[in-house]
Amino acid sequence: MEDRWTPEHVLSLAPDAASRKAASKLSSPGPWSGTGSDHTALWGRCQGSGGTPYRTVVDLAGPAYQCSCPSRKFPCKHGLGLLLLWAAHGTGQAPTPDWATEWLDARREKDRQKAERSAEQAAGTAAPDDAAQLAASKRLARRAERVAAGAAELQSRLADQLRGGLADAPGHGPSAWSDVAARMIDAQAPGLAARARELGLVPASGPGWPGRLLEEYGLLHLLACGYRRVDALPEPLAATVRARVGFTSDTAEVLRGPRVRDRWLVLGSSDSTDDRLTTRRIWLRGSGSGQPALLLSFGRPGTAPDLALPTGLLIDAELAYHPGARPLRAALGTRFSAPAAPPADEAVPPGLSLDAALDAYGQALGDDPWLQSWPVVLERVVPLPGALGWELADHNGPTPTAIPVDRRGTPDSGLWRLAAASGGRPLTVFGECGHRGFTPITAWYTDDTRIRTLGVTA
Amino acid sequence: MTHAPEPTLDRPTDSWSDLVTAALLGTDRRPVADLLDQAALQAVARRAGLRPGPASPLPAAAPADARPALPEAARLRLGMLLPPRGGSGSTGAGGYSGSSSSGGSGSLANLNELLPQWLADADRHGYRCPAELVPPLLDAARVRSELRADAVALAGPLGYWLAHRNPDWRYVLRTPLPDEGLPEPDRQLWQEGLFAERVTHLTRLRRRDPATALELLRSTWSSERAEDRLLFLDALQEGLGAEDEPFLEAALSDRAKNVRLTAAELLSTLPGSALARRMAQRALACVVLSGTADGPRLTVHPPTACDAAMQRDGIAAASPTGRADRAFWLGEIVAATPLDAWTGAYGSPDELLALPVSDAWQQDLRDAWARAAVRQGDARWARALLALPAEDSIPVGSAAKLLAVLGPEERADWTTGFLAGHGLADAFQLLVACTAPWPQPLGRAVLGALAQVAAAGGYPWSHSGVIGVAERSLPPEAAAELAALAEGAVPAWSETFTRLGATLHLRATMLAELQP
Repeated sequence: MEDRWTPEHVLSLAPDAASRKAASKLSSPGPWSGTGSDHTALWGRCQGSGGTPYRTVVDLAGPAYQCSCPSRKFPCKHGLGLLLLWAAHGTGQAPTPDWATEWLDARREKDRQKAERSAEQAAGTAAPDDAAQLAASKRLARRAERVAAGAAELQSRLADQLRGGLADAPGHGPSAWSDVAARMIDAQAPGLAARARELGLVPASGPGWPGRLLEEYGLLHLLACGYRRVDALPEPLAATVRARVGFTSDTAEVLRGPRVRDRWLVLGSSDSTDDRLTTRRIWLRGSGSGQPALLLSFGRPGTAPDLALPTGLLIDAELAYHPGARPLRAALGTRFSAPAAPPADEAVPPGLSLDAALDAYGQALGDDPWLQSWPVVLERVVPLPGALGWELADHNGPTPTAIPVDRRGTPDSGLWRLAAASGGRPLTVFGECGHRGFTPITAWYTDDTRIRTLGVTA
Repeated sequence: MTHAPEPTLDRPTDSWSDLVTAALLGTDRRPVADLLDQAALQAVARRAGLRPGPASPLPAAAPADARPALPEAARLRLGMLLPPRGGSGSTGAGGYSGSSSSGGSGSLANLNELLPQWLADADRHGYRCPAELVPPLLDAARVRSELRADAVALAGPLGYWLAHRNPDWRYVLRTPLPDEGLPEPDRQLWQEGLFAERVTHLTRLRRRDPATALELLRSTWSSERAEDRLLFLDALQEGLGAEDEPFLEAALSDRAKNVRLTAAELLSTLPGSALARRMAQRALACVVLSGTADGPRLTVHPPTACDAAMQRDGIAAASPTGRADRAFWLGEIVAATPLDAWTGAYGSPDELLALPVSDAWQQDLRDAWARAAVRQGDARWARALLALPAEDSIPVGSAAKLLAVLGPEERADWTTGFLAGHGLADAFQLLVACTAPWPQPLGRAVLGALAQVAAAGGYPWSHSGVIGVAERSLPPEAAAELAALAEGAVPAWSETFTRLGATLHLRATMLAELQP
């Protein structure tokens, strides 16, 4: 018996709702011909409105896709449709056509070369030359000075504001901090700029704003302080401070560092879009270590980021964590297997109680005080609208407890689907637990003896 | 944090509210050393020390639904047919513009037209809706009320459970399920429930046990508000019987006019009711069969006034539509008269319809008979009215209503004949009244009529209504014929025929997916 993915896993790869719909139209054998599969790939021809059918190949290991259609979506509806066909019916037995073999071979060759290159780099044979390295470290030193100057300026702006008092803050509007943010951009500290911009929004955030604003002042002050003394900090904390201030790590550089191989369960993924960028977050958890990891992938608005992993499946792969006092963000290194369904007893990840989840966030704050939230799996919680808004409740103990849902990242429709999947019964929910509540991302529930995943934000 | 936190925390100003006060007033007025350091410390301490709060009371879980789960392919299909979240989904038979994002596969099916059929079929098979699709299903049926009965049935107990928590889905509580067993009449729910819950309760009880439902209604009738009384009366329509008559007679004297009218209408459909007898008396007094030198004819003398007795029986004192009062009164009386009264007194429907009618009353009389035939579900009269010769035929709107009285086959046959004589021009309402899928002859007649319009240079969008009904009603076998039509047509029609054919394929696939 072939180990096929479920439609839920396939659909979790879709770049948007329109693609999900379009793909499910192509999920029956009707438009397809010459479909086939082996353990690593699927292929087939899909009849469109034009004369020549599109040629579609899916490399399951990526998953990666190739299609002759003109769509700029990634994966396109034909790739997803072929996966859905395979998931629901299997694909049939057609032999691998040449056009599929060519692409698959080329892909594997490229992967092989990449692996070779990274092995060479790891062995130090491809070290950059001294002159380039010198220039780079000079650039870095110049930037460090500018950021330190920016941090000092920011600290005095915060102190100035406090001398006069925050009472007038609501009158200044959301743009109150935009010139400071612009100066932080000039100082090459985008992390400080983003936090400064946020300060302008807090006074309009409802009752209790003065406390929240003071918290943000304090944490931003702490970050600026930390950066000014960054060289004196222990290295992991220094890396966290640099990352928060806005220094980015090069993925290749990160991958040259230590790597962790594990069987990673894909806990969920979620896209957010601003006017410049679509950001996809994919959360993983090591089955061996229990460590969470966060992969980020970016795309221009309107195009989906090119990394997509099916929620609920396991991949055997190496990850390299970005340096920091509380490692979370990681880069995906070598993959040793295609995403595959976990064994039945691992299909639902083990979770924490509400208390333990808040403890996990609290402990993470001890390492990285600027964390907004920490990824956790909650066990046996009931999602429902309560007296004060949506909450996740634990009714297992003698005193039923609950944490509020952070509504900013969660559409209403997703919460109602979550409530429907639960039907008032406890289920397992993965999400981000933070000081503003819990953002649900994926739920596991049983329907007709089958374990299914639900993407709450999708 | 690099500086030692302990001494800072021990200072007397360290309570959070003191810090916030100082920050609001400004440190110039309220000096606090290291305010920002302290704020940072306390912010992290507060966040790290967060505890869960007390939970809201937990409602009983949604009752289990023992019906079988959808086959996997059908589950995917439903996800596709439902509008995306927050989507409004265009309504109405005419909205068949294919979404541009789905171009390329050549099947720009109007999913709005396919959803009702999918739902009806899924219900026929007795499936339950997958839990995570219940919310989008309830959203879809909220916007399109024609989906409600099937959607609520498919959603099952989970639908009710969710509707109790989301005001957007309150309509679910008012939509009764066809075969729902309920326990004894629930006095407490009846006395304390929300209006919607009460109507649903009454409707369900009425379906199961008409007499007990009437008794329940009677128990609180005098204290109900007028608009509630009206809707409760509506619930009596189902299972109406002779034992309801005294209650309805009493309601003829109700304080509210709408309640009186509804009671009268119900009584008029109750064979052998006193009101029906009174109406028959009035009708036979207005319309008299008289013999003349040219043979028998119907002489019509509509009432010249609306007396108190007529008003008590639900006839308005003045025409509400601007029609002449006398014609209006005549129409109301005839429409509320049992049709058997005519056949008993003057002869068969065909004979009566063939008779000449005095003055200009013929049209009024026929309209009223048509209304009576629809109200009383009288197939014999409906047939006779529909069989009137073409130059003398009844309006299409009435015909569509009369068709609903007949069985599906007869409806389709009659409509096929109508298309042969009239073409597409007025066929939309009739086609809507025919049961899907259409039998082959009707399908062929519709395609033939469309081909004629195409050949005569008409535009597809002028017939979007008919094309929309055809999408959900043409039999799958029509696909071959559509392909042939597409070959020879101008581009706009070729596209229309191709898309229609693709929709038929999709529909066939979709229904096959529902096979267990």
